[in-house]
Amino acid sequence: MSAWPLWVGRVTAKGIAMLLNLFGELRAARVPVSLRELLDLLAALEQNIVFADMDEFYYLARAILVKDERHYDKFDRAFAAYFEGLENLNEHIEALIPEEWLRQEFLRSLSAEEREQIKTLGGLDKLIETFKQRLEEQQKRHSGGSKWIGTGGTSPFGSGGYNPEGIRVGDAGERQGRAVKVWDKREFKDLDDQVELGTRNIKMALRRLRQFARTGAADELDLPSTIKQTARDGGLLNIQMRPERRNTVKLLVLFDIGGSMDAHIQVCEELFSACKAEFKHLEYYYFHNYVYESLWKNNARRYQESTPTHEVLNTYGQDYKVIFVGDAAMAPYEVTHIGGSVEHWNKEAGYVWMQRFLDKFDKLVWLNPYPKQHWQYTQSTQIIRQQLENQMYPMTLEGIEQAMRYLAT
Amino acid sequence: MKFAGTDSYVATEDLKLAVNAAVTLQRPLLVKGEPGTGKTMLAEEVAHAFNAKLITWHIKSTTKAQQGLYEYDAVSRLRDSQLNSERVHDVRNYINKGKLWEAFEAEERVILLIDEIDKADIEFPNDLLQELDKMEFYVYETDETIKAKHRPIIIITSNNEKELPDAFLRRCFFHYIAFPERETLQQIVDVHYPGISQALVSQALEVFFGIRQAPGLKKKPSTSELVDWLKLLMADGISAEILRERDANKVIAPLLGALVKNEQDVMLLERLAFMGRQGHR
Repeated sequence: MSAWPLWVGRVTAKGIAMLLNLFGELRAARVPVSLRELLDLLAALEQNIVFADMDEFYYLARAILVKDERHYDKFDRAFAAYFEGLENLNEHIEALIPEEWLRQEFLRSLSAEEREQIKTLGGLDKLIETFKQRLEEQQKRHSGGSKWIGTGGTSPFGSGGYNPEGIRVGDAGERQGRAVKVWDKREFKDLDDQVELGTRNIKMALRRLRQFARTGAADELDLPSTIKQTARDGGLLNIQMRPERRNTVKLLVLFDIGGSMDAHIQVCEELFSACKAEFKHLEYYYFHNYVYESLWKNNARRYQESTPTHEVLNTYGQDYKVIFVGDAAMAPYEVTHIGGSVEHWNKEAGYVWMQRFLDKFDKLVWLNPYPKQHWQYTQSTQIIRQQLENQMYPMTLEGIEQAMRYLAT
Repeated sequence: MKFAGTDSYVATEDLKLAVNAAVTLQRPLLVKGEPGTGKTMLAEEVAHAFNAKLITWHIKSTTKAQQGLYEYDAVSRLRDSQLNSERVHDVRNYINKGKLWEAFEAEERVILLIDEIDKADIEFPNDLLQELDKMEFYVYETDETIKAKHRPIIIITSNNEKELPDAFLRRCFFHYIAFPERETLQQIVDVHYPGISQALVSQALEVFFGIRQAPGLKKKPSTSELVDWLKLLMADGISAEILRERDANKVIAPLLGALVKNEQDVMLLERLAFMGRQGHR
């Protein structure tokens, strides 16, 4: 990058090393940051956008390094980890602001009056000396007070201060003291995609499944290219046709219903029907714990109005994408044994039926509302996962996204 | 020159910093947030603060990146050719400049707002990478390169309807406008209605946060709805006492239509209010 030589001499090597530590923490916390963002941050520091204020540094780093609110919480945690890791804050500030730069900046920003004031404090060298000395004494971020460097105080140093004799560092402006570090508040916890889903989030994730394609007969007049071609041909009418654009995705969704699943099912069901307009075809059925010879559409009338699974298998084409939604937690024999079902006598074992689904449909996934780290403790979950060749995803935004990505390919 | 909010717009500390970083490093600033938290307004206020012209490019689902650069009007040219017009010989007569072109050729630095970029096709941001990076583009018809005289300050808003591509994101700085806290809301109201009675505001905020907390609302009311609602309250001369009284009885708040825009939400609130009243007895 051509900007490199511009700043490399200015932020000290130590400063760069510290930023690299932060960068490392962020990578470890799985915030997607690349070198480009790091260079941007360095460039911003060079430009003197923030000055000796940890909160501002935090905001700046966040604006530049993070590109999606989903990562804000991860960023906050990584930042906290990085911050803890520092021996003290001053080391950080000092490393980022080389001495000569500090002095230059001071001189430039001072008015004649202020220069006078510096003299009363014993000259600029003395002032900087005191500044550094206090940085050394000060072990934590500080707000308020009359001695330490920080925000909102009456010390000669810091920003937003009230000491008329003092030197303002950085930006002016009225600010409230903040007792809690901003990143420790973790205001963006809800936006993290590892956490539980909200209504809107699922909708968003499902949109990944939209696949528009122009297939079939060319029966729609393509006006723009007709005009274009006609104009290119010097006015000779040249009609262009094209096939209609359709969302080609067809979905077959099977919900586990009853028992522990009920709370989760309601949410998904509403959502899938809300998204119904999005898809060309969306069909749903219910099952209990695992698939056997019958499925049903209306849970209240499940014993009167069930549909033979064979019929379902024969009705829908292999290009339907199949999504099972269930917790996959049951007794192992419900999957593996004839007569294993808790509700009735099944003539064929559950896994036989599942295998029929796998054989019939090209793409099939299982969404599991339980957190992924718990799956290994349930034997049935393991068995099902194995049968599905690992196409089981947690019902987090990330999980659904991955599942949809798999289905979409 | 630094952006520090204006007398009609309350900017939080982190927002100011994001704007200043984007301006200083000449990068586009991508702004996201709940609808009604002032994303579009930000661009207007930045323009106001920097005393620069604002050029707005509203994105729709049918917008193509090319339209922001220029469009070649082949139909007019065809018609002119058949009318034997003189204009037809120069292709420049049929090139309609887009918003980016307008921003690039401006004589001083302008603010370019690309509003609701997520409305467009999923490929849209990718088609603008080069243009936003280099601030230049090439016009095939006339064989010329349009280069920005002054790099405009670009503000892009998104409502999160589509995920934006990584390559695009990497070129932007990002800010998420979180829903304001009570104090910030208070400031925002003060900025909009300087003379408003504080009792009314605090009572209205009480009701407002109550509604936001109602479980299962499809669309939570946000800042812009609050501001509209207060305006209505003042116009109708509803005082803090009336609000408080209503609130105590858990009867649904007056002029609710300004806050809740969806009939299911209205019904939900009515049901909650009804249940609340039952609970009181």
